[in-house]
Amino acid sequence: MALKPAPEPASAPAAREVVNDFSITVATINGTGSQTSNLTILRALFRMGIPVSGKNIFPSNIQGLPTWYTIRVNKHGFLARRDEHEIVIAMNPATVHDDMNKVVPGGVFLYADHIRPQGLREDVIAYSMPVNRLARESGAPPRLRDYVANMVYVGVLAYLLGIDLEAIRAALDFHFRGKAKAVELNDSVVRAAFRWAEEHLEKRDPYRVAPMEATQGLILSDGNTAAALGALFGGVQFVSWYPITPSTDLAETLEHYLRRYRVRPDGKHTFAVIQAEDELAAINMAIGAGWAGLRAMTATSGPGLSLMTEAIGLAYYAEVPVVVWDVQRVGPSTGLPTRTQQGDILFIHFASHGDTEHILLFPANINEAFEFGWRAFDIAERLQAPVFVMSDLDLGMNHWMGQPFAYPDQDMDRGKVLWEEDLERWEQEKGVPWGRYLDVDGDGIPYRTVMGNRRPGASYFTRGTGHDEYARYTEDPEVWHRMVHRIKKKYRLGRKYLPRPVEDGPGTEVGIIAYGTTDAAMPEARYLLEHKGIATDYLRIRALPFHDEVGDFLARHRAVYVVEANRDGQMAMLLRMHYPQWATRIHSVARTDGLPLTATFIADSIAGQEG
Amino acid sequence: MARTNAIGLTKADYKGAPTTLCQGCGHNSILSQIIAALFEMNVRPEDVVKFSGIGCSSKAPTYMLSRSFGFNGLHGRMPALATGALVADITLKGIGMSGDGDTASIGMGHFKHVLRRNLPLVYIVANNGVYGLTKGQFAPTAEKGLTLKRHGTNPYMPVDVCMEALAGGATFVARSFAGDPKQLKALIKAAFHHNGLAVIDVVSPCVTFNNEPSAHYSYGWARDHEAPLHRLDFIPPEEEILLDKPMEPGERRVIRLHDGSVVVLEQVDRDYDPTDRFAAMRALEESYRREVLLTGLLYIETEGRENLFQVLNLPEDKPLNRMTQEELRPAASVLEEINAKDMFHGADVRVNGR
Ligand SMILES: Cc1ncc(C[n+]2csc(CCOP(=O)(O)OP(=O)(O)O)c2C)c(N)n1
Ligand code: SF4
Ligand SMILES: [Mg+2]
Repeated sequence: MALKPAPEPASAPAAREVVNDFSITVATINGTGSQTSNLTILRALFRMGIPVSGKNIFPSNIQGLPTWYTIRVNKHGFLARRDEHEIVIAMNPATVHDDMNKVVPGGVFLYADHIRPQGLREDVIAYSMPVNRLARESGAPPRLRDYVANMVYVGVLAYLLGIDLEAIRAALDFHFRGKAKAVELNDSVVRAAFRWAEEHLEKRDPYRVAPMEATQGLILSDGNTAAALGALFGGVQFVSWYPITPSTDLAETLEHYLRRYRVRPDGKHTFAVIQAEDELAAINMAIGAGWAGLRAMTATSGPGLSLMTEAIGLAYYAEVPVVVWDVQRVGPSTGLPTRTQQGDILFIHFASHGDTEHILLFPANINEAFEFGWRAFDIAERLQAPVFVMSDLDLGMNHWMGQPFAYPDQDMDRGKVLWEEDLERWEQEKGVPWGRYLDVDGDGIPYRTVMGNRRPGASYFTRGTGHDEYARYTEDPEVWHRMVHRIKKKYRLGRKYLPRPVEDGPGTEVGIIAYGTTDAAMPEARYLLEHKGIATDYLRIRALPFHDEVGDFLARHRAVYVVEANRDGQMAMLLRMHYPQWATRIHSVARTDGLPLTATFIADSIAGQEG
Repeated sequence: MARTNAIGLTKADYKGAPTTLCQGCGHNSILSQIIAALFEMNVRPEDVVKFSGIGCSSKAPTYMLSRSFGFNGLHGRMPALATGALVADITLKGIGMSGDGDTASIGMGHFKHVLRRNLPLVYIVANNGVYGLTKGQFAPTAEKGLTLKRHGTNPYMPVDVCMEALAGGATFVARSFAGDPKQLKALIKAAFHHNGLAVIDVVSPCVTFNNEPSAHYSYGWARDHEAPLHRLDFIPPEEEILLDKPMEPGERRVIRLHDGSVVVLEQVDRDYDPTDRFAAMRALEESYRREVLLTGLLYIETEGRENLFQVLNLPEDKPLNRMTQEELRPAASVLEEINAKDMFHGADVRVNGR
């Protein structure tokens, strides 16, 4: 499909043009189908080659409450959330005044004419749209009118900004998967609204988009889809889960793909998905499956993990591989179920009673969500341990630009599993009878058999109670001490299997550490800091326990700012605990309000602390 | 020489670690009957996998079948643990061992849901009316009015595991008594051949904390009040049905299981139809009024219900846990297809010429 150059606005552009650098916020009512319109704008801009991100700020509600969608357009590729809104589209009468007040001075306020606020601001450029009339005239059946009404703002915005109508058409084609009637109906509304705007609106604002080549070869996806696909290509065999925002789509998307790609020609499935009765069941099922030799996972969020903690300790101590996706939301308690946070770091790292320390992976973008989706199984099976992938609502449910997903570059690592024929050879080689928890290789990782191995001597009895190297029950103090220290050794030496930190920077004396989705704000934050005269190095943690590079980074910098989306600076606390010798140079830049961090907040906080 | 069974194993091949349960504990008798049943049915211990929760009853699997894999998991979570594991190799037969606290209190939710899913599992509740391992508190199955030295009198109505199982849609529900080894063994055999979840609620007295003769879970009371629904016999598929004495029609019922094995129910004092769920519930209700311990095969559904493995459409030719990368990781071309068709793409220079 050919993209036409963007149409020129009807009137002469304002003197000061702002091209490909602003944020658009659409204020609508939850459940009115505005998501289709918002995604259409996002995708059309992306198709025009312009870097974009989309953030859905939605309530925990199915229908009726206000919801906002913010699209950031930025030619430099700075795509973190901003606090400034240059263009606000008001479709919700309940919030229209607040929405108008969000607009930056000189910005655009585009509102449906039936919700005209009393007293338009003088310092914004206001346009009204006859939304209901255009929806009525669209010929859409009454039950679809609310939906097509949302297409009106797409058309008007396309006119005002110069969004390519062919790109919009491509976005609709994609969204409706080629269902011609739906595409036609929506497209006709967009075009009608565009024509109406052309005839009736005089463009008085400076904002405009222009085609670029910055998105060529890239895709748009949400992190939950990426994670699900990663698990699919990781050869996942067992999924047990219980619905909870924002992890639900991950499990549902995964099941969808498993049904598509993992059914044999004879109709038999090479996987099992069970929607469990609760998270207690979900994790215990996954542990049973992992123990039995399946690549097993569950996906949940904070409240579910709170229920799972006892079982997490069992998996740790009985050494059962299992993958747990924590798509974090705001806690404690039910908290803000539809907002984002990096608030489970300390909780998950130490989840369960007694001595534990867990492996956490931190995907920062859709490509890492995919990669960790398959790699987590390799790590879990290699280390015979639970592995937690710490996504969050921002990554999981919002749309991000990324590379097409890359096929795993390594074969599946099933770890030290002994089948019937392996056991005899093993015993000859190692010169000892096999024992489930024997550390014969010195890496702390024992060999395991799994149920179904019929060779005499292959079976063992697994328990969460004290056990020796041969899995026999014991309360011997010496054995307990030995076993938990052997497990600790396994985690220490096993760090080599975890993704290493990513570093960037000229080698200055100020360092920044971040992890997960806060990475999105980092290029811009560092750019802002540089303009304030503060050059920075950057290290992004991708796994816990820490790799040695993290300590080296602390050692090399006078001051290190740890950026994260939680109240108390959880990663900063962990770093101070692990590296007491550098504790005084570790400074926390932490904030939680349910929204992704902005680059301005990060830069201002660091600049402020640098004094 | 110890007697061997048809596959050349002795009873000792079915034993586990020496028991650490109290002498006389009903749970030990249950273990003996599981061992005897598997020995007599010529089941290879390697073809069995054991699961349990937490409690004296849940410790019990350690003391049998040391040649089988086993997983002693968390308090109340045995059904979930077994569900995940058994999916991995559907050629194995699962035995789950639980207690009245484990199943009817902390694990009630999982119990009800594993029934709905009809997981092929022999689910034994070793029911003593108390929490043995935590030293004798009231369990949810304790009868109202039970008086224990340290805990006073139980003011609450009991949970009836069999009634819950029936209401939950179980396809096999039985009650037995650790002091009735013959019946218990026959029920274990039948449960083993049932194509779905088989619940056996076994009155299994705790000699240490709840064995006063007036207590309903004591040996004395249970022995004096046991009211069997029928005399039971289990005949494996390979054996011909030989009935030791000729019977009048209506005196016995023959129930054929999915694999050709047969359960013969010989009438005791009235005809009882174990394929009628309503009748089972009524019989239980009546047993409360008559203050008797009703035992036997309360309910069985031999056809019409899929088990969990069938619902999940699992292959029969190869266990899931033996599948390799070739079977589990879709080809690179699949990912290319997903990238191309399911993902929205950015600017296409080839088309735009930009
Ligand atoms: C989560 C949790 N809570 C409490 C306990 C303590 N506990 C151990 S056994 C038990 C009761 C077991 O009773 P039952 O299932 O009837 O088994 P019995 O010992 O009577 O055979 C309890 C409450 C535990 N192990 N785990
Ligand atoms: S305390 Fe009771 S249930 Fe536990 S082993 Fe002793 S007799 Fe059995
Ligand atoms: Mg008990």
